[in-house]
Amino acid sequence: MTIEQLHGKLISKEIKVEELVHQYYEKIEAKDKDISAYISLCKDNAMKNAVLIQERINQNKDITPLTGIPMAIKDNMCTKDSKTTCGSKMLENFEPPYNATVVEKLESSGSILLGKLNMDEFAMGGSTENSAFKKTKNPYDLSRVPGGSSGGSAACVAADMAVFTLGSDTGGSIRQPASFCGVVGLKPTYGTISRYGLVAFASSLDQIGPITKTVTDAGLVLNATAGKDKYDSTSSERNIADYNEYLKKDIKNIKLAVPRQYLASGISAEVKDSILNAINEYEKMGIVCEYVDLKLADYAIAAYYIISSAEASSNLARYDGIKYGYHSENYTNLIELYKNSRSEGFGAEVKRRIMLGTYALSSGYYDAYYKKALQVRTLIKNEFDKIFETYDGIIGPTAPTTAYKIGEKSEDPLEMYLGDVYTVSVNIAGLPAISIPCGFDSHHLPVGLQIIGKAFDERKILQIAYAYEQQSSFQGLIKEAK
Amino acid sequence: MEYEVVIGLEIHVELATETKIFCDCTTAFGGEVNTHCCPICTGMPGTLPVMNEKVVEYAIRAGIALNCEIAHFSKMDRKNYFYPDLPKAYQVSQFDLPLCKNGYVDIEVDGKIKRIGITRIHMEEDAGKLIHDQWGTGSLIDYNRCGVPLIEIVSEPDIRSAEEAKAYVEKVRSIIQYIGASDCKMQEGSLRADVNLSVRPIGQEKFGTRTEMKNLNSFKSILRAAEHEQRRQISEIEHGNIIVQETRRWDDTKGKSYSMRSKEEAHDYRYFPEPDLVPIELTDEQISKIRKELPELPEDRVNKYINDYQLPEYDAKLLTVSKNISDFFEQAVTSGANPKKASNYIMGDLMKLMNQYDDEAIPFDGDKLAKLISLVEAGTISQNIASKVLSMMYETRKDPAAIVKEENLAVVNDESALSEMIENIIAQHTKSVNDYLGGNTKAIGFLIGQVMQKSKGKGNPQMISRLLEEKLNKLK
Amino acid sequence: MKITKHTVDYVANLARLNFNDEEALKLSAQMEDILAYMDKLNSLNTENVIPMEHVKPVSNIFRKDMVSPSFDREQILRNAPVKEDGAFKVPKIVE
Repeated sequence: MTIEQLHGKLISKEIKVEELVHQYYEKIEAKDKDISAYISLCKDNAMKNAVLIQERINQNKDITPLTGIPMAIKDNMCTKDSKTTCGSKMLENFEPPYNATVVEKLESSGSILLGKLNMDEFAMGGSTENSAFKKTKNPYDLSRVPGGSSGGSAACVAADMAVFTLGSDTGGSIRQPASFCGVVGLKPTYGTISRYGLVAFASSLDQIGPITKTVTDAGLVLNATAGKDKYDSTSSERNIADYNEYLKKDIKNIKLAVPRQYLASGISAEVKDSILNAINEYEKMGIVCEYVDLKLADYAIAAYYIISSAEASSNLARYDGIKYGYHSENYTNLIELYKNSRSEGFGAEVKRRIMLGTYALSSGYYDAYYKKALQVRTLIKNEFDKIFETYDGIIGPTAPTTAYKIGEKSEDPLEMYLGDVYTVSVNIAGLPAISIPCGFDSHHLPVGLQIIGKAFDERKILQIAYAYEQQSSFQGLIKEAK
Repeated sequence: MEYEVVIGLEIHVELATETKIFCDCTTAFGGEVNTHCCPICTGMPGTLPVMNEKVVEYAIRAGIALNCEIAHFSKMDRKNYFYPDLPKAYQVSQFDLPLCKNGYVDIEVDGKIKRIGITRIHMEEDAGKLIHDQWGTGSLIDYNRCGVPLIEIVSEPDIRSAEEAKAYVEKVRSIIQYIGASDCKMQEGSLRADVNLSVRPIGQEKFGTRTEMKNLNSFKSILRAAEHEQRRQISEIEHGNIIVQETRRWDDTKGKSYSMRSKEEAHDYRYFPEPDLVPIELTDEQISKIRKELPELPEDRVNKYINDYQLPEYDAKLLTVSKNISDFFEQAVTSGANPKKASNYIMGDLMKLMNQYDDEAIPFDGDKLAKLISLVEAGTISQNIASKVLSMMYETRKDPAAIVKEENLAVVNDESALSEMIENIIAQHTKSVNDYLGGNTKAIGFLIGQVMQKSKGKGNPQMISRLLEEKLNKLK
Repeated sequence: MKITKHTVDYVANLARLNFNDEEALKLSAQMEDILAYMDKLNSLNTENVIPMEHVKPVSNIFRKDMVSPSFDREQILRNAPVKEDGAFKVPKIVE
């Protein structure tokens, strides 16, 4: 059931918070041994909170649309006194002494945290295979990946082991797993949700966002989590009261752009078909869809991997075995303590990106790589801006394929990186984008439709997504996955 | 061969903010280890910095006072390196767009004014402190100082002697104190200097290879380290050796510097713009507002002392070297002290006492000096006694009147007591009495001195002299 | 761009990471591949293009200089693998 539906039942006291939370833990118990979405559960706390929240409902006090709703978050958001692992051996036992802003906000909304979700180590990856702890399975096909890095968050919602979850998106890490798992994933404009307490991967690209079953739910979660935070200098001052404000507005005047490059080589034929069908649906609604050029789409991956790896190399330097995190037992001096703790604590992909980023920033290469990437970033942003002068949104695929088999791709890093082709430019330009289900391939694996909007225009992309969701014959197909 | 020394200085100043640069933790000095810390200043995963507005204001003040251009657009950068005192493994600093640049200060050495260029002033965060544990088994880290705001003031290589280096640091320190940006307490490390030094044969255009001595935290050590390094480099060159570009550690107790080549691995700091902080943009209006509100600078006070207080230039300059002393002087004058008399006490007795106790400030307020001066002017105590009272004030911080009373130091105005003393002295010193009576009037000075001594310095000198003359004249 | 063993060693040292010979070899090949891909950026003319450091043109975000209580030391040290006398402990540092 959706947030909207459950909210009604909770308010009418048709169901009690404790019962609901209990039901979800039963589901988790039944399903998660197969899916492995959760890294940790906080059942005692959740049950305690359920009682308190029920009290709120009984007294009709401080009720929000999320009050009493069971949810879960990606394990890179700090929860005070409970483990925040980032999917890494490095932080296996790390218990932050503070809460992420988003955790505080969810808590005050009255939603109930069930547990924390698996992810690629430090959010680096597109399949959740880089987790140090477990491989999360795609609920549609347990032999396949759920996508990543927020694979746990997407699989969790797809298998209804939480009503909604939060993920983080640096280059597609919310949208791509949402696409693979047939759920809704929203990456808001950079700065919409505070990053305070989100363990940093690439600071200028990271953004938290909701993964939900419906577009409406995504807006509801955004309402509860967005907003200026005095602890995050880059959080936006913009104050939007209701992100769902436009949902039911007339869609007729909307114009959509379809980048030719997004449907060119590299895309699987079945994904392309689903996207073309979706475009067709929009046209049927009377929306103008026109092909445009997004010439720099091809360069976005290169720029993205330079910028994100460079920032990551600096952000991850603090894991040194001294203040927190993995501490090698094998050292005789400081430099060995550093090197051995880091080498033993980080996984291969994380080390590879640290190396790449360190190299790109190192003496003599800064201009050739980092500066160049930032200049291309400017060009990419300009190209988007130009399109948004004419169009309200850009639509296309979220990922070039549907979910692939576990182990199928993880050997070749570059090939993995190329899977982010449609998502990274959105982070590069700091734009909002949503992935919504738009069909299945012949293996009955979901396909995701990506809708990209102008900065801070979440309301419009939610409106565009909602229109499709209501019209789509796919709506009926979204049932609880097995 | 004759050599010339070339020195450039980097001065780090801890700013006088209440809180750290990026979090709300206190900057108070001292405190149990790791008790002025939070997740932000200890670099815990997920934390983010937010700039303290006061840091920017103080840095701008420093820039204006040191005649810099203030950047309309400035940003923070990360300087990446691993060291246990740096919990994020990067220091947030400024790289290519510092807040202030192209300034100068004028210093005076041997009566000559010289202009020293200031390349730049940038903002950054301080690191923590390493303590060697008592068992010698490891080093302990205290992050209380970590995140305390600093400005780094980088000079041009315009300095040509150790004395100039010292004068430059003194001048910069004084200015920073005046504008209230820092207390500049060198003992607490809130001002420390790195000395970059090279030598070259006189007449040679090209700079020699330089060495750097870091974290010098007293004027004495700056002077000695620079002198020593200059001699060392000249001696190396004269022995046919080459100077290696390196960081050297100055050991002030041994009076020697040591190579720190162990830390000399590649300095590849991988600077890049700090993505977690937004740029700082300043309008001309904002800058000129801070300029207008800038506290008085030493030069302003020198002019005021000469023109309004009629002090000699020498006094005015000496009193204004330290803001503490200048503030003390102004308090005394505001409380009614005669400026020249206050200046004399400060430049004489009080500076001697400060030296003796190695203090950076006078431990009592200027109004007490004014009270002391009024006791002298009223004839309650003598000039000599005043010095004694002043040193007691310095030690006990008590009010001068209280000290005079407790110690019974008031001038003796009792005519009968003084008459008795005078009669005794006349009886004991017949030679001087006869000399006086014989026409040598100067002999009376000796007799007055004897009476003063007898009265332990407390006798009213005018009264003594009048009574003595009367009695001697009766003997004629 | 050729990524030599020497480059891998240099960068690994900057990043405080260890790689054995086999790992270093594999890494240098992967880095070479990835960097070769990234070199495609060189085909774009970026002369006079301002590097975009921040995606949002926002400046001057400050906080007031007001002290809040610091954290309990136990909270700051709770995750430290080695500690002594209220401090983090590292192997002896010789300067």
